[in-house]
Amino acid sequence: MTKKKGFLDFVSESTFIHILLSIILGFLVGAAFLAVMGLSVGAAYGRLLNSVTSLKGFSYVVVYSVPYIVAGLSVAFSFKTGVFNIGAEGQFVVGSMAAAVVGILCGSLPKPLLIPLCFLAAMAAGALWGIIVGFLKTKWGINEVLSMIMFNWIAFYLSNFIAGIPAIKSEGSAEATKNISSNASMLFSKDFIKSVGLCPTANWGILVAILVMLLVWFIIEKTTLGYELKAVGYNKFAAEYGGINVNRSILTALAISGALGGLAGALQLMGMGSRISIFSSQEGFGFAGIVVALIGVSNPFGVFIAGLFYGALMYGGSKLNLVGAPTQLINVIVGTVVFFIAISVIFRRLKFLKKAPKAPPKPPVSADKKEVQGT
Amino acid sequence: MTNFWNSFGIILYATLIYSTPLLYAALGSCFSEVSGVVNIGIEGMMTAGAFTGTVVAYFTGNPWIGFLCGGLAGAFFGMLHAIATVNLGADQTIAGTAINMLGPGIVIMIAKVLFNSTDTIPLTASQKIPKLFSGVFDTTTVFGRFMDNVVANYASTYLVFLAVIVVWFVFYKTRFGLRLRACGEHPQACETLGINVIAMRFACVCISGFLAGLGGACVTMTVSTQFRPISIVGQGFIAIAAVIFGKFRPHGALIGCLLFGFCSGLKVVLGGSSGVNMHLISMIPYVVTVIVLVLFVGKSRVPAANGKPYIKAK
Amino acid sequence: MAKEYVDMNTPVIEMRNIVKKFGDFVANDGINLTVHKGEIHAILGENGAGKSTLMNQLYGLLKPTSGDILVNGKKIEMNNPRDAIDAGIGMVHQHFMLIQPFTVTENIVLGTEPQKGIKLDMATARKNVVEISERYGLSIDPDAKIEDISVGMQQRVEILKALYRGADILILDEPTSSLTPQEIVELIAIMHNLVKDGKSIIIITHKLKEIKESADFCTIIRLGKYIGTVDVDDVDENDLASMMVGRKVSFKVDKQEQTPGEVVLDVKDLHCKDYRDVEIVKGLNLQVRRGEIVGIAGIDGNGQTELVEVITGLRKGVSGQVLVNGVDVFNKPPRFGFEHGVSSIPADRQKHGLVLDFSIEDNLILQNYEEDPFSKKSVLQRDPIFQHATESIENYDIRPPKSEKRPAGTLSGGNQQKVIIAREVQNDKDLLIAVNPTRGLDVGAIEYVHKYIVDQRNKGKAVLLVSFELDEIMSLSDIIDVIFDGQIVSSIPGKEADENTLGLMMAGGGKSQ
Repeated sequence: MTKKKGFLDFVSESTFIHILLSIILGFLVGAAFLAVMGLSVGAAYGRLLNSVTSLKGFSYVVVYSVPYIVAGLSVAFSFKTGVFNIGAEGQFVVGSMAAAVVGILCGSLPKPLLIPLCFLAAMAAGALWGIIVGFLKTKWGINEVLSMIMFNWIAFYLSNFIAGIPAIKSEGSAEATKNISSNASMLFSKDFIKSVGLCPTANWGILVAILVMLLVWFIIEKTTLGYELKAVGYNKFAAEYGGINVNRSILTALAISGALGGLAGALQLMGMGSRISIFSSQEGFGFAGIVVALIGVSNPFGVFIAGLFYGALMYGGSKLNLVGAPTQLINVIVGTVVFFIAISVIFRRLKFLKKAPKAPPKPPVSADKKEVQGT
Repeated sequence: MTNFWNSFGIILYATLIYSTPLLYAALGSCFSEVSGVVNIGIEGMMTAGAFTGTVVAYFTGNPWIGFLCGGLAGAFFGMLHAIATVNLGADQTIAGTAINMLGPGIVIMIAKVLFNSTDTIPLTASQKIPKLFSGVFDTTTVFGRFMDNVVANYASTYLVFLAVIVVWFVFYKTRFGLRLRACGEHPQACETLGINVIAMRFACVCISGFLAGLGGACVTMTVSTQFRPISIVGQGFIAIAAVIFGKFRPHGALIGCLLFGFCSGLKVVLGGSSGVNMHLISMIPYVVTVIVLVLFVGKSRVPAANGKPYIKAK
Repeated sequence: MAKEYVDMNTPVIEMRNIVKKFGDFVANDGINLTVHKGEIHAILGENGAGKSTLMNQLYGLLKPTSGDILVNGKKIEMNNPRDAIDAGIGMVHQHFMLIQPFTVTENIVLGTEPQKGIKLDMATARKNVVEISERYGLSIDPDAKIEDISVGMQQRVEILKALYRGADILILDEPTSSLTPQEIVELIAIMHNLVKDGKSIIIITHKLKEIKESADFCTIIRLGKYIGTVDVDDVDENDLASMMVGRKVSFKVDKQEQTPGEVVLDVKDLHCKDYRDVEIVKGLNLQVRRGEIVGIAGIDGNGQTELVEVITGLRKGVSGQVLVNGVDVFNKPPRFGFEHGVSSIPADRQKHGLVLDFSIEDNLILQNYEEDPFSKKSVLQRDPIFQHATESIENYDIRPPKSEKRPAGTLSGGNQQKVIIAREVQNDKDLLIAVNPTRGLDVGAIEYVHKYIVDQRNKGKAVLLVSFELDEIMSLSDIIDVIFDGQIVSSIPGKEADENTLGLMMAGGGKSQ
């Protein structure tokens, strides 16, 4: 009895356990859908597991994850500082395009110079996108969610426009930019990839992601800047009272968050894409960043793990149609996971299970009351 | 002059076409936000409505049953959002994000099962939402052509303007509206007056899903005749933006949606004739929205209790 | 009290052996309460004693864990306020339950709106509201928005809300906490009118004088336990106080005479506007010297809030000077004022005083996180921060102990205030501004806060005290400045002040000097 109590307490109080339970429930709901569709759950999930556990598969997962992790860190950073960066999508797009422009136009620069330059361009573009929104908010009180939605689309069309400029556009028939210079590419050498047996787009972007993770953690937890930004995020009135410049903090938070969003775009381009297509709809890396930040409960290390998880599902999901299961299953699974994280308060209530049997004073009344509350 | 009237007619036609689904969704968003629940899941609810509307119309052959079912599909996801946020006190942004993944995920999976494709089969003319006043005007005259463009419109468009009036009436002239606005401002005060805040908000979030679903169905059952995964790309978010633009009032949202629709209409006309890059022209609605916000609208007062879960003490 | 309207044979409310538990915490432990027709019954207890919990059960907002509630002799199951309203009970909450952007009429009829068909009938609603307000002599503007009317009128709106619903039993929760002495007199008159009309009133309070002035009977609760019910005529204020606290309490503040030093705060011809862009501080002059407490007495809304906001840098003024030790901090950011000697205990501790999600140790460095030893080269130094918190928790008796890493939001109100006091006192600035420093605190915490404020004065600091509690102003201040309509209209030594003249001056009468 006492042991069980302890276990339920543990389950009901640990955020980590809540997320784990949410993930399990996500897969269960996915399984239910598969079963209803008459597909083999074992085959689908087996395929999913197989595709991400081989060395080559895992290297794909890592490559896929990098932009999700960094976009997730961008959103997590914004959550920690009290803004909701629904604009990560736009920052990703302008960052990616800025890196492409530099990577194409300055292609002759040597690798050690060009790669940092691409990063910087992307971060500057993303930061600019964040600062514009911050400026609209602090100067005119324009709701940041609204302007971010607008600037996501402005970024999208701007990217399409730039991709069509003759100096940037592919010389072939492709509706896309030229490929970035090989000096801007982060790919491992072909020989290395072949000899180890990694995926063809294996690159060192994950190291950047780890660095960014550590940096975000350090800024938020260890520095006076993080202290200021968090204070403004939690309670801007007390922060102002304490002498913190609230508007400057909001701008700083959005600039950093935007720079990370832009960097995510550069990492995607320089690690995998190597060119940018003219799209008819948004690609959704930024929105994925929101999901990753939520699954990682905005903790930098959590976001890293969540990004890997998301990357694994995205890559593994793309193999699902080989067993006849729709790839959209992944969205259902992830959506369910996020849904259960949202209502993780139900896991917290598990604790009260233990009290139910030993609550002699009129249990029917309390049950009856719950009914009343619910209606 | 002829050219002007032709272009103007086309712009107005396009305005109405773009605005209609946005308006349904924006009215839905109003219900949810004004009652105190942030609903960024509008997008997912629209997708569910878009798919369900076309599929039901395809199988029943009746566009109105399809349209209604589109609304109900949206309401179903609205109910999920309501259970999470209103009953369980979940973070409203997280729950809304989940809805935005679940809605498209589930319907596209069903599409795969039903049609072995992510797209549905295009609707025939009789399965689409009908156009009113079609052929009433003599399109050989300039005036007739103009009127044909502006007046001969889909029934769903006429319906949505009616809906704006009804929603306005409900919000400001009925008991339900007074209470729903009160719930978004001060839920504790409502509770002390015997108003069931949980029930009110639950209803409002479901209504918001229903209207968003209708908006989605408009997209796929009028100009476009089939559901594709990219049928709903951001309209839900634009609708939310229109509501913030309109300061959380249905008539304000109407202006936001029409402005946005008008700019989109402008885009169609300019895109064909001006020689300016198409992608730059596509930015117009978004840029104009921001400019109008800065110049004329300014700060939007959010309902005081918006976004805050109301948890009843026991 | 003459009890002339009390009908002792007709109990309207009987609460029998009420127990209310929140988890393991027992908020009400076997409480009994009987209220008769035409009676004003006070419920006395410290903050946190369980008064509001008890009333929330009577009003259906909470369900008792056990015990019975009888209304007019009939046992009633209160599931929600609707049941209470139907049983003829109305409640006026301490924090008004009013919807700011709605009109007075809309607020009063909300929940029982008259209709014509499916349409709201606001014309009838307005007529009814005017009728009932005239009948009970509660003057209101039916078309004004709540955000535009005074606190006193807001309270009348709250009372009308209950009467509109046909309430025969009114619960008033701390009704005088934001009223002026004159408004309190008015309220007591209104209460007497109502009992004359056959209504019964339950008033929750911790103010002893008001009980003596208004109530017929008083029930005392201490730490959730029922202490007893007394006839107010049979007891004096000291009896009530010791029953409430459980020990003898002294309301005297020990304060030695001392001669003030040079001027620290010098406000000259200050003008500023409120949030509606209306001028609210109109050429105000004010001085505070070393070693003295200057109390600002005034009715809420006469500019004292804005005055403090301008001094602390939270609000931009229109014109004037705010000299602190000779340096003008007018329209400078809060950090500038802080660096030149301003510290303050803000009115709203949860909004301005603390970041509730931050730990106590982080809250304790809110203004000096950038200073050595708390940070070096922009990196926070956790050990000194922790050390600082440990010392503060011990020296300022912040409970629970060892709470350095706990979020400030988990502390009780009194301990939250101690965190703020620890921070502001240790900042060791020449000027301490305290705004309603004891609002919502219990007697023990009030004594504690007063002691620290007087300590600062004794140490030679200048103290500016703004409070809506006239008793507090009178017992602490060396000099009392009365603020009315954006100006200091009178300045008198604390010893010479008496409540009636102060009250009169606060209401704009007897403008002198």
